[in-house]
Amino acid sequence: MKIIVLIKQVPDTDNVKLDTKTGTMIREGLGTIINPLDLNAIEEAKKISEIIPSEINVITMGPPAAEEAIKEAIAMGADKGYLVSDRKFAGSDSWATSMVLAETIKKTGNFDLILAGEKAIDGETGQVGPEVASMLDIPFSTYITNISVKDNGVEVVRTVEDGYQNQFLPFPCLLTVLSNINEPSIPNLEGKIKARKYISDKIDSSKLKIEDEYLGLKGSPTRVVKISTPKIQRQSSIYKGSEIDDGIKDLIKELQKMALI
Amino acid sequence: MGKNILVLGEIRRGKILNVTYELIGKAKELAVKKNEKVSVLLLFDSIDKKPEYLFGFGADKVICIKNKSLFFFNQEIQISVISHMIKNINPEIVLCGATSSGRTILPAVAGKINTGLTADCTGLDIEESSGLLLQTRPAIGGNIMATIKTPNHRPQMATVRPKTFSIPQRIDKSGEIEYINLDKKFFESKIKNLSFTDLNSDEKNIQDLDVIVSGGKGLKRAETFKTLYNLAELLNGGVGASRPTVEAKWIKYPHQVGLSGKVVSPKLYFAIGISGAVQHLAGMQTSEFIVAINKDPDCPIFKVCDIGFVGDLFQVLPKLITAIKEKKRF
Repeated sequence: MKIIVLIKQVPDTDNVKLDTKTGTMIREGLGTIINPLDLNAIEEAKKISEIIPSEINVITMGPPAAEEAIKEAIAMGADKGYLVSDRKFAGSDSWATSMVLAETIKKTGNFDLILAGEKAIDGETGQVGPEVASMLDIPFSTYITNISVKDNGVEVVRTVEDGYQNQFLPFPCLLTVLSNINEPSIPNLEGKIKARKYISDKIDSSKLKIEDEYLGLKGSPTRVVKISTPKIQRQSSIYKGSEIDDGIKDLIKELQKMALI
Repeated sequence: MGKNILVLGEIRRGKILNVTYELIGKAKELAVKKNEKVSVLLLFDSIDKKPEYLFGFGADKVICIKNKSLFFFNQEIQISVISHMIKNINPEIVLCGATSSGRTILPAVAGKINTGLTADCTGLDIEESSGLLLQTRPAIGGNIMATIKTPNHRPQMATVRPKTFSIPQRIDKSGEIEYINLDKKFFESKIKNLSFTDLNSDEKNIQDLDVIVSGGKGLKRAETFKTLYNLAELLNGGVGASRPTVEAKWIKYPHQVGLSGKVVSPKLYFAIGISGAVQHLAGMQTSEFIVAINKDPDCPIFKVCDIGFVGDLFQVLPKLITAIKEKKRF
């Protein structure tokens, strides 16, 4: 089998600190990581390949520095990595990103399964997985928390608001996964050594069959026209030590106002 | 019918979801500004209200597609039917709930019909100068609000977070109903729905609740969640959790609040033993009223709370529960 995992390099927002005056993120010195849910996708590919020997290819679109993310994926057990990078891709929205990824996937040959994280922690749109599947015209499913591989497809569990939906999808198909599908493992020494020497395949716009007008910002149907940093104003009443009993009285009054008690 | 705004209603196993009413109300507001009509597309097998019921919330036309294969969610069928209908109706704007279904279908529709899509909007407006839809959404953990336009592609599409807009007061109003019969090929799918298991009551979706009592690592052990359940029960709410507690397997994933879990916006949110990492704040900071209990006076959760208790949760929490029980008795 061939499994493709779509990964994204994102800022390490878990360690982000907020500027207490402006309420904005302090981005200086923020490292980069593989999007956490994409780690689950890589791990799931590994788990599947332990049952059915598979070649795992990772594909990432990003700046040249995203090579780091590929190395990390190789260290975790991926066999091959493609870095899709070009200045012309800058400013891509989810449609333009999906277009590039879909064309890259076509270029890398036949595959059985594509895995991706449900969403990335920076953009949080969760759109690229379904949009890539749609452009490749293959069946897909989302919010996956369990995968079992059958002869000609996969049985999956979708965890949604009101329950667990079991579906069967034939190969080739695409699945986006949630974090409780597995626990990503830490690369072992062998993986790290392999990753250190690894050089990814580079793909730029000249290798893809996409007209320039569909690339990057120019090719993106959506435009960000304004960015604002909302500051939620709250009149925080803080109680400590001997004031706590008074605080509880105040809270009870609030609960009564809200008609909760 | 002239230009219109299309709302994709969501009917889940026969029941119209509230987000449908919320979006019809908002669509009407936008339609008035643009002098357009509101159409609603309903895909269902059975339905708990008559389609006519939607007129009173602002719908001018309700388009119904009824088929057995639409009872359980099948993304492939939804995508083929909706893409086809959007091409036929040719709306200016398409709005859909940012539920698991909407967030699955709409990106694929956007890929099929080659237009833009803005995910998880929390604000919608019409730009006066251009008549374009202004779509506002939180990004990077709610620390940034981005306003997005789709200048040249049609329709302009957005998924909208449930509970962003309130359900409008229903008025007496009529409209047009149309049933569409589509070729049976639209209802064929390579995806097979095998079974559906409801969440048990403990797993009920915390996004639907008015009160959420969440715990973090400060609870020290899994058993402390029992106390949180006691408090939640007194207030007819549910229990949420920070990511570290889910990773420690103290509580299951459906309870996880934050960027990698659920984004919630209840009337009342308790953050107990939660320091307030950005990843958590992004999932709850739009709650109407926030109560925090934590030992560390400098932790970020106190920056976003309405009432904060700096103290030992093992002392504050029992006091609070006693006080609530006391009030409830009288």
